[in-house]
Amino acid sequence: MNTANTNEQGNILPDEWTMILRPKRNLLDINLHELWQYRDLIMLFVKRDFVSKFKQTILGPLWFIIQPLLTTIMFTIIFGNIAGIPTDGIPKILFYMTGIVGWTYFSTCLNDTSQTFIKNASIFGKVYFPRLALPISVVISNLVSFVIQFLFLCLFLAYFMIKGADVSPNIHVLWIPFLVLLMAGLGLGFGIIISSLTTKYRDLTHLVTFGVTLWMYATPIIYPLSEIPEKYKLMVLANPMTPVVETFKTALLGVGQINYLHILYSFCFTIVLLAVGIVIFNKVEKTFMDTV
Amino acid sequence: MPNVVIKLENVSKQYRLGNVGTGTLSHDLNRIFARVLGKEDPTMKVGVSNKLDTVDGRYVWALQDINLDICDGEVLGIVGKNGAGKSTLLKLMSRVTSPTTGNIKIKGRIASLLEVGTGFHPELTGKENIYLNGAILGMTKKEIDSKFDEIVEFSGVKKYVNTPVKRYSSGMYVRLAFAVAAHLEPEILIVDEVLAVGDAEFQKKAIGKMQSVSRSGRTVLFVSHNLTAVEQLCTKGVLMQNGMLKMEGKVHDITSAYKLMSVDENELRRSGTRVIEFLEYKMANMNGKTIDEVFLGDSFTITATARANEKIDFCDMTLDIRNDSNEFIGHITNSDDHFEIKNISKSDTTSVAVTVKNICFSPGTYYISLWLGNSYGTFDYIENCIRFTIKQGEAFIHRPYPFDKRAKTVLQSSWNFK
Repeated sequence: MNTANTNEQGNILPDEWTMILRPKRNLLDINLHELWQYRDLIMLFVKRDFVSKFKQTILGPLWFIIQPLLTTIMFTIIFGNIAGIPTDGIPKILFYMTGIVGWTYFSTCLNDTSQTFIKNASIFGKVYFPRLALPISVVISNLVSFVIQFLFLCLFLAYFMIKGADVSPNIHVLWIPFLVLLMAGLGLGFGIIISSLTTKYRDLTHLVTFGVTLWMYATPIIYPLSEIPEKYKLMVLANPMTPVVETFKTALLGVGQINYLHILYSFCFTIVLLAVGIVIFNKVEKTFMDTV
Repeated sequence: MPNVVIKLENVSKQYRLGNVGTGTLSHDLNRIFARVLGKEDPTMKVGVSNKLDTVDGRYVWALQDINLDICDGEVLGIVGKNGAGKSTLLKLMSRVTSPTTGNIKIKGRIASLLEVGTGFHPELTGKENIYLNGAILGMTKKEIDSKFDEIVEFSGVKKYVNTPVKRYSSGMYVRLAFAVAAHLEPEILIVDEVLAVGDAEFQKKAIGKMQSVSRSGRTVLFVSHNLTAVEQLCTKGVLMQNGMLKMEGKVHDITSAYKLMSVDENELRRSGTRVIEFLEYKMANMNGKTIDEVFLGDSFTITATARANEKIDFCDMTLDIRNDSNEFIGHITNSDDHFEIKNISKSDTTSVAVTVKNICFSPGTYYISLWLGNSYGTFDYIENCIRFTIKQGEAFIHRPYPFDKRAKTVLQSSWNFK
C-alpha cells in the first residue's frame, strides 16, 4: 500500500504535502526557518511584555533602574561594610552594580524562560506557533531592560571617573556585545531545559528561583575572582558564568584579567547547552499539552 | 478529481487518566525498559475506548483509528456528543499536540480557531491586541496592517480601539477577537464552537463571514453543537462517537443521525403529581394498526389510557408535537373539539382516542409529548414519548424532487389560470 510505504520511509515525503504530522519526529527535525517566519510575533511578544509590565505604574520604566540600584545599596551595606569583603580597590557601589547588572540579565532570562510551558499553557493549548518564539521573545525583552540598566551603569561609571576613582574602562569593552550574547544564550539554554523538564515533573520549579540565587554566590559578583582561595578556584571557574561576569567587570572597571581560554570555555558551553536545550524543547513541545 | 488537502491515516490519540504526578515516573521507567528490551510499550495496550462513564483502565483512547480525507473547498461539519473526540481531532490537526499513532498529512497553510481571543492581554489596547492576536494566529505584521481598518470595522468597536481590553464588555471583547480571526486567509481554517458567542446580530455576521470564506474555495473544518449553524454552513459532515468516526456523508444525513442518537439515549422525562396518570399510549392508522410512520396528508389516531388515583372533576389533555431539532411545531388540546374529560372516579381507567387529520408537517421525524392536567397544575406529562416519521407520499404534493426540509409545514394549494 502506498501510504504504508511513506510511513516506513519516514523522511522521504511526497512533495505535495506541506507537512506530515506523525507521532514521533526526528530529534533533529528543528524548523528554524519557521521560527524566522514568525519574527513579527516575537517582536509583538516583546512589545507586549514591555508595555504590560509598566501599565498603571507611576514610575514606569524607572523601575528598571530602581531594582538594581536598591540591590546595589543593600549589597554595599551588607557585603561591603558589614562583612568587609574586598573589592579590588574599586568603589564598592560601582563594583557591586557592575556585577549585578550583568548577573540580572542572565538570571531574569533563566527565571522567565524556565516558566515558558507552564505559564503559556493556555495559549499553547489553543493555537500553534513555533514554541521557541516565546522564550526568545523573553530574552529580547529582558535585553531591553538590560540596555537601560547598562546605560545607567555607564552614568555611574562616568560620575565616579570624574570624581577621580581608580577605574578605567578599556578596549575590552568591545567584548561586551559578545558577553551579552553569552548571558542570553546561557539563560535561554538553562531556561528551556528546565521548562521542558517541568512539564511533567514540577519539582524543578521550586528549585529554580532559589537555585539561581545560590548560583549568584558561586559567581564572582560580590567578591573579585582574585580573592578566591586556590582550592575553590576550579569550582568557581567551572561555572560558565564566571568568565562572562569577570570579563564584563574587567572591561568596565579595568581591574582583573581577561583569560581567553576561560571565555572560550564559556562559549563552547553555551553552544552545547543551547543545542541540547533546543533539541529537548523541540521534543517536548509536541506533546506537552497532554502532561502539563 | 477532488484534491485531498487533509489526509488522516489511522490516527489515534491516547490520554492518561487521573492525575499525572505520582506514579508517572514509574510508568515512564516501565516504558523505557520495555523499549530497551524491545517489547511492546505496556501502556499502548491497556487503553479502553473513550466512554465517559467507564472508569476502568488508566489510559484512554480519545481517538481511535480515524481515517478521513478532506478535499479542497469542502466545508466539513464535525458533530458528536461531549467527549466524542471532536476537539481532540481539531487539536491534532492544528498541531497543538501530536497523535499517538498514525499520520496526518496536510497541504497548505492552516489556521485554527479553537478559542476566541487566544493570547489577548487585558492590559493592552484593542489595537495592540489586534496585532498580537493576529500574529499568534499566523499573520505577519504587514498583513495585519493592510487589514487593520477592515478588522476594526467588522468588530464594531472602533470607538474603543485605544482602550485596554480589560475595560471592554465581554461582548465587545469577543467581537474584536472574532474580527481578527475572521480576517485570516489560510487555505484551511479550523473552527471550534466559536459562534456560540456574541449577540444574535453578531452571530449572523459571523456565519455570513464563514460562508464567504468557504465560497472563496477554502477548506473549513467546523465543530459545533449548534446544528442549525452546521447545516447552514457545511457541505459535508462527520459524526463522532466515543473517539471513533461513526458516520461520514452529507451534512443533513449526519445531523439527523446525530439528533436521533441524542434522543435515543435520553430516558423518558416524566413529571406531574400523578393524580391521574398515563398507563399506555400508542399511535395507529385509521384501520387501527399500530404505526410509527405516516405519509404526508394521512390521518392517524393517538390512543392514550389513563388511570385516576383520586377522584377528578375535570381534566384537560394536550399533545405537543416537536420536530427533531426540538422545535415546537404543533399543539392539540381536547377543548379544540369541545371534548370534555370530567367526573372520573378514583381508580377508574379512561381511554381517549385523538385523531389527527391530514397531517401537513414537512417530511421528517417528530415527537409527541402527552400532558394531562388542569388549571391547578400538571397531573402527568411525558416528554417526547411517541416518535414517528412523516414521509413525502403522493396525497398532497406532486413534485419530482424531495420537499425542501427548511420549510416546516406543507400548505395545500389549488392553481388556476384566470
